[in-house]
Amino acid sequence: MLTYSDKVKEHFINPRNVGVLADATVVGEVGSMSTGQALKLYLKLDEGEVIRDARFQVFGSPSAIAASSALTEMLKGKQIDEAARITADNISEYLGGLPPEKMHTCVMSMEALEVAYARHRGIELETELDEDDEMHICRCYSVPEHKIERAIRDNGLTTIEEITHFTKAGGGCTSCHVDLKMILERVHADKPPEVKKPTAAPRAGADASTLERMKAIQDVLDREVRPGLAMDGGDMELVDVQGNKVYVQLHGHCNSCASSTTTMKFFVEDRLREMVDPEIVVIDTTEHADELHAPPMR
Amino acid sequence: MTDRPIYLDNNSTTFPAPEAVEAVLPLFGDIYGNPSSTHSFGQKVRHQIELARENVAKLLNCKPGEVVFNSGATEGNNTAIYAALDGMPDRKHIITSGVEHASVLEVIRYLDEAGYRITELSVDRMGHIDLDELKNEISGDTALVSLMWANNETGVINPINAAGDLAKQFGALFHVDAVQAAGKLKIDLKEELAVDYLTISGHKFHGLKGAGALFVREKAPFLPLLRGGHHEDGRRAGTENVMGIVAMGAAAALSNREMAGHVEHMKKMRDRLQSGLLAKCDDVIINGDQQDRLPNTLNAGFKYIDGEALLMMMDAANIAVSAGSACKSGSMEPSHVLMAMNVPLSAIHGSVRFCVSRYTEPEEIDAAVEQTAAIVKRLREMSPFGHAEKRDEGLSTAELEKHKAYFATT
Repeated sequence: MLTYSDKVKEHFINPRNVGVLADATVVGEVGSMSTGQALKLYLKLDEGEVIRDARFQVFGSPSAIAASSALTEMLKGKQIDEAARITADNISEYLGGLPPEKMHTCVMSMEALEVAYARHRGIELETELDEDDEMHICRCYSVPEHKIERAIRDNGLTTIEEITHFTKAGGGCTSCHVDLKMILERVHADKPPEVKKPTAAPRAGADASTLERMKAIQDVLDREVRPGLAMDGGDMELVDVQGNKVYVQLHGHCNSCASSTTTMKFFVEDRLREMVDPEIVVIDTTEHADELHAPPMR
Repeated sequence: MTDRPIYLDNNSTTFPAPEAVEAVLPLFGDIYGNPSSTHSFGQKVRHQIELARENVAKLLNCKPGEVVFNSGATEGNNTAIYAALDGMPDRKHIITSGVEHASVLEVIRYLDEAGYRITELSVDRMGHIDLDELKNEISGDTALVSLMWANNETGVINPINAAGDLAKQFGALFHVDAVQAAGKLKIDLKEELAVDYLTISGHKFHGLKGAGALFVREKAPFLPLLRGGHHEDGRRAGTENVMGIVAMGAAAALSNREMAGHVEHMKKMRDRLQSGLLAKCDDVIINGDQQDRLPNTLNAGFKYIDGEALLMMMDAANIAVSAGSACKSGSMEPSHVLMAMNVPLSAIHGSVRFCVSRYTEPEEIDAAVEQTAAIVKRLREMSPFGHAEKRDEGLSTAELEKHKAYFATT
């Protein structure tokens, strides 16, 4: 038996906000019966794009129920762009920490939120080829390759067990473990050989000259962002830096594929805030993404 | 929420029989000697152990000298496998099945690395092994065949007689994990039954945890797993777990006297539970064969919900059941038994095991049925697939076919 925190148990036994929201502004749906869990997230926004109500329907384990309940509580009262920054880790923290084996439930909640956000912003998501078993690395839980790659990158996973915890892939018949190992090796090989930890990174505060600042930002982009994009045939260019505003432009595949635009912005912003200046705001000047930044991001 | 907790997880462990507890009580007082000692303190305890041995031997219909007390089934299974292989140094093939308990399966899979060739027999959708497959796989190189008498998750019973005859025909040793059979099925280890080793565990039939017995046929090869003393006739070193052994002896004596009645009662309770659930819940399937099955076990798959969620809500309502086997439920892995039976994942997710005992009362069954039905309903209402017209949503084409075919057979 896994040990759950009291808060997880409480949210499981008395889940908040269960049910359909008939007048929802937007709905985000992920998962399926064959993957063993599914979540349908309903959001109601007011004119200021603040989430006024959030409800859910879920099929899954106690932690899937608790994570969905927690997410809806976290969402209420938040501006949609701010809400979109909620990560799987945030949800787990809110619940006092989930057992590692159950992290995939928080990942599912986060994904439902991403789908809802993208839909609200009119961003077309990469169609998941879930109908076709051939596309799945893990056939037991119908987990596609891109989901596994992303989990490895987002969470710095290093073992097959961790992949199973975050995506469920490999948790069934185990016949895909060989493939998971190859994906792990490939994703790690694609990373620059020396990934410097934030503490080791050169820090340039607001008082550094603009040139130094641009250099520091370019450095972070080169190290942390561009290699990942290059794998998908894309690239990111640093256009300009004005005060706290960092203007970038996406090229190649990234330009046409809007699926990851929101997460990309958050990812880049987080890296830059962590390594260069906590006040940085990333502005994507790629044409299609303009609408993303209509509201101020913070 | 029921007033009194209801325990329906009797394949994990059982309520210690009052007779077993009573038998142990004097051991907390004057009867405390070391059974290996020659003086009267020791001999009094020795006497208790030998009494227990006779009762266990009677339960199995074997000679008292063929009973080796140990710490339980995991030790028994490990000992039997290593002993058999040591006795057959020229043979390098082991046959088992894919639905064995981890204390057999993991030991044998480990032996794969030690140069043994391993065959894991498959099971069909009903949980049965195929004797023809055993016939095809077994050869003069087979050192050991290891099969469980009855499966802990589904209760499905193996054809031990016929499998033993095949093993004997090829000169292979035969080990049977009878942990779930003891106290629920007649075990008769007469000469004609070609079983060389057989494992049981006290706490599975109303004894205490930490004591079990390994039957070792008189002429079967043996190698002790633990060395360092002459205990158990040199077959298992270490001062005996006297309380566990005495409790197991008392529980065996109880079974020897009343087993037929116990079995009849368990079957009545299990059948009441099964028909109650089938009447009150729709989209339920019984996993595994319903005829060749332990009298106390019911493995039910509830479509569209997650077994762990059902289990935890049942627990909050004061009813104990289990999802998958206990050893596995700490992790998220689906039951290896149901996977081996090729049950579609859509049915495995919502599979829960209910196991009654001779102490289960009809009122408990009725309360359990009512609670289960209410919780299943609540979870389905919570689920995006919970509405009849869109229930198969989210299944891939291949999985949907498998799912439909499986549920069509209920």
